[in-house]
Amino acid sequence: MAELRTEEMVLNMGPQHPSTHGVLRVELVVDGEVVVDAIPHIGYLHRCFEKHAEAMNYQQVIPYCDRMDYLSSMGNDFSYALAVEKLLNIKVPERVEYIRVIMAELQRIASHLVAIGTYGLDIGAFTPFLYCFRDREIILDIFETTCGARLLYNYMWPGGLSHDIPPGFVEKVKAFVKQFRPTIKELNDLLSYNEIFVKRTANVGILPADVAINYGVSGPTLRGSGVKWDLRKDDPYSVYHKFEWDVVVGKGDVGTVGDCWDRYMVKVWEMEQSLRIIEQAVEAIPEGNVQAAIPKRIRPPVGEVYTRTETARGELGYYIISDGSANPSRVKARGPSFVNLSVLPEISRGYLIADMIAIIGSVDIVLGEVDR
Amino acid sequence: MHNFIIQYFGTNVWTALVSSVIPLIWILTYALVAIWLELKISAHMQDRLGPMRTGKWHGWAQPLADVTKLLQKEDIIPAAADKALYLLAPFLVFVGGYAAYAAIPFSPAYIGADINVGIFYIIAVSAIVVLGILMAGWSSNNKWSLLGAMRTAAQLVSYEIPSSLAVLAVIMVAGSLSLNEICEAQSGWFWNWFVFGKFPFLFITFVIYFIASLAETNRAPFDIPEAESELVAGYHTEYSGMRFAIFYVAEYANMFTVAAIASILFFGGWSSPFGTFMSGPVWGAFWLISKGMVMIFIQMWLRWTLPRFRVDQLMYLSWKVLTPFALVNIFAVGLWIVLKG
Amino acid sequence: MSSVSNYFRNIGKGFWTVLIGMKITMRHLFTPAVTIQYPDARMGIPERGRNRLYVNMDDCIGCDQCEMACPVNCITIETAKSLPTEDLGLTSTGQKKRLWVTKFDIDFGKCCYCGLCVPPCPTECIYMTSVYEFSAYDRSELVYNFTTLTPEESAAKVKQAQEAEREAAAKKAAAAAAAAAQKAAQAAAAQAAPASPAAPAQTAQPPAQQPPPADKPADQNENKS
Repeated sequence: MAELRTEEMVLNMGPQHPSTHGVLRVELVVDGEVVVDAIPHIGYLHRCFEKHAEAMNYQQVIPYCDRMDYLSSMGNDFSYALAVEKLLNIKVPERVEYIRVIMAELQRIASHLVAIGTYGLDIGAFTPFLYCFRDREIILDIFETTCGARLLYNYMWPGGLSHDIPPGFVEKVKAFVKQFRPTIKELNDLLSYNEIFVKRTANVGILPADVAINYGVSGPTLRGSGVKWDLRKDDPYSVYHKFEWDVVVGKGDVGTVGDCWDRYMVKVWEMEQSLRIIEQAVEAIPEGNVQAAIPKRIRPPVGEVYTRTETARGELGYYIISDGSANPSRVKARGPSFVNLSVLPEISRGYLIADMIAIIGSVDIVLGEVDR
Repeated sequence: MHNFIIQYFGTNVWTALVSSVIPLIWILTYALVAIWLELKISAHMQDRLGPMRTGKWHGWAQPLADVTKLLQKEDIIPAAADKALYLLAPFLVFVGGYAAYAAIPFSPAYIGADINVGIFYIIAVSAIVVLGILMAGWSSNNKWSLLGAMRTAAQLVSYEIPSSLAVLAVIMVAGSLSLNEICEAQSGWFWNWFVFGKFPFLFITFVIYFIASLAETNRAPFDIPEAESELVAGYHTEYSGMRFAIFYVAEYANMFTVAAIASILFFGGWSSPFGTFMSGPVWGAFWLISKGMVMIFIQMWLRWTLPRFRVDQLMYLSWKVLTPFALVNIFAVGLWIVLKG
Repeated sequence: MSSVSNYFRNIGKGFWTVLIGMKITMRHLFTPAVTIQYPDARMGIPERGRNRLYVNMDDCIGCDQCEMACPVNCITIETAKSLPTEDLGLTSTGQKKRLWVTKFDIDFGKCCYCGLCVPPCPTECIYMTSVYEFSAYDRSELVYNFTTLTPEESAAKVKQAQEAEREAAAKKAAAAAAAAAQKAAQAAAAQAAPASPAAPAQTAQPPAQQPPPADKPADQNENKS
């Protein structure tokens, strides 16, 4: 009898695919339905951010920063503003710090809502996606009344903010917090603890803690593996040290530590922690002028700086080299999604094709940040 | 009414023609209504409005607009597709669903073919769908379609077992394979319905049959074959225009078939829940259609609530959960009948 | 035995969570929709909303601050100096306008709606409106020309500004040449002074000879244009 030929099939997922979260091409080498290797190919959204930054002055780079991780735009601006302030060695008024923290946490909630909603959509639950977007609309409305834009804000400038908070801001934020807590519970009932969802995501795509650290993974992906590392507590910046909140890690409640469910659940728990921070911050905003410390011309001394913050996706770092002129000499952005994506081949070996969707969704990448 | 048709035309080919056109008209009108219902129910469950503009009143003409659009589309056949199989597949899938309507009693006075092995015929003829799906997936010359088709075939064949076993339990209680007689056996008030009989075993039977039939019709949470986010669109990826519309209508036709069967086997079919009040030939049709629509609402409700199963979990559910439960069920029901008569 | 109890527990959990989920979606079936029917109804744009820009040309002094602040170079401004005799009026902030703004184009296909052009304007004549429905069928229709001068007027202003510049340049060159000639004559006189005391009388001649050569460059230019 002739020998049965069992070859490995190469399947291409993307770049046009309903659930690769952007233009990502994953080359799957499969043996039947089991994945042998998953090689991500990126670059489809490369927009030369770093080259543009060399031609602009420091103020003009900010709209470009917005557009990297477009779902977490406040986080991008925050990190860049902190980097330039470090170069210029200016201290911002405390009011600015508090408002920045509130905006960053609201942005974290909005970004996680997108991640959770689209993750449910990938797994096949159509309805939680719309519930998440309904709540996100409220946050975007708050942002729109403050700075005028819904997605790409250009709000945090080096030295301060573009606009002060409008009247009614505090009431709106408090109303949102009050309305959002029961919604998280509803989301948990509908999606997180649903047995079918649990069976799809538990024990799938297990990322061991040491592998995660070796690859340089950060954010909810790292905390899902049980590693308690959050830059807001471990390398504090701004006024995060003034608030009481916890760093949440995955504990393997329904499966193994570091599986997709843990990474997903860390996002849900992080939203609750963000609500705590926002509640405390909104009570204590000091008075001040948010535009007092904004320099008229940004012309830093010669030098270099690396600053990092914890955005919704992980450690976003900016490495800026200044040559003393009005334009930066080099701006390098360390995008968390880029580093998190590198761990994909490691965690997909041995799982089924259907699990690939769950795994890619759980790593929560945004291609704008991967490709810059 | 069937007698009326036979009287008018005589037992010849005209009777057969008329009897086969009536379910076709029913399928087409019902599909338009069901598609609109699906759009509206899913919308309101998701806190949005759904179609509102086509046809002025809540977009009732949306399915009509969709059909008109699909009719106007270019007929694209992939260059490397196996042409004969590709063209034949949608029709096989449709026929599998359509042929079952011959044996469904819409009312005491109308049944396309009053055969005494009605339910057996329906289960058998519904299996043709598997052939059609395999043909569609293979002939599309597309890796994703092939994967989808293989998964679907495995799914449909596996879930026929618990489905048939559940039906078997009801047949044991009713003592007949003929759907008319099964409806007759449940006449009287609603507590005569089989779903309340031999409690709790026939209720468990109903749950098993409902889940299995959900898998038979490829509805969520068993919609792996057409999972948009996983395989683009599974076995009907390469189909566009009217050919795709045939698949789509076939899915809705199948939905009603299993809903009607569930209503007949467990909820009394065309017999009125209030005994002789509101019963009769025309009322019978009303009751069957209403009960069928309630079942369809529950199917849609499940679709918009649950995430979908992975293919191996689907298999696990069928072979390791539903089939053992169905077998134990048959045993229990049989024992009940023997001991209590 | 624990695997058997696990088996039943899983089935039970499966059913229970499904029923909880169904309860939630059923409840949402009866809550009112959160969406509105655009375009019959529209959401309001807040006061600070960043949408299409508008330039009030009465106030524009042609300082180019917005053009320089734009990160995507979507604003193109060309100005022409006004003659001392022309009165362009005052801006609403009381500044006297001295430049004709002959070209003020904003390409909204390039604009990224960041709002960086708004703060630097000294007269606050460029600002973001709440207009967001301005799609066009052709990309060239997205280039908005804000200047209030017609193309002919613009060309005329540019030409008159160029001429005024030329005349001013000519005068300047003449004055510079005269000063240089005077200096040269002084130097020559200083050299000639040790030789003869009659040198100072010669210094009157050179200035009369200078003006004609200075006219030539202007004549040549006019021939070219």
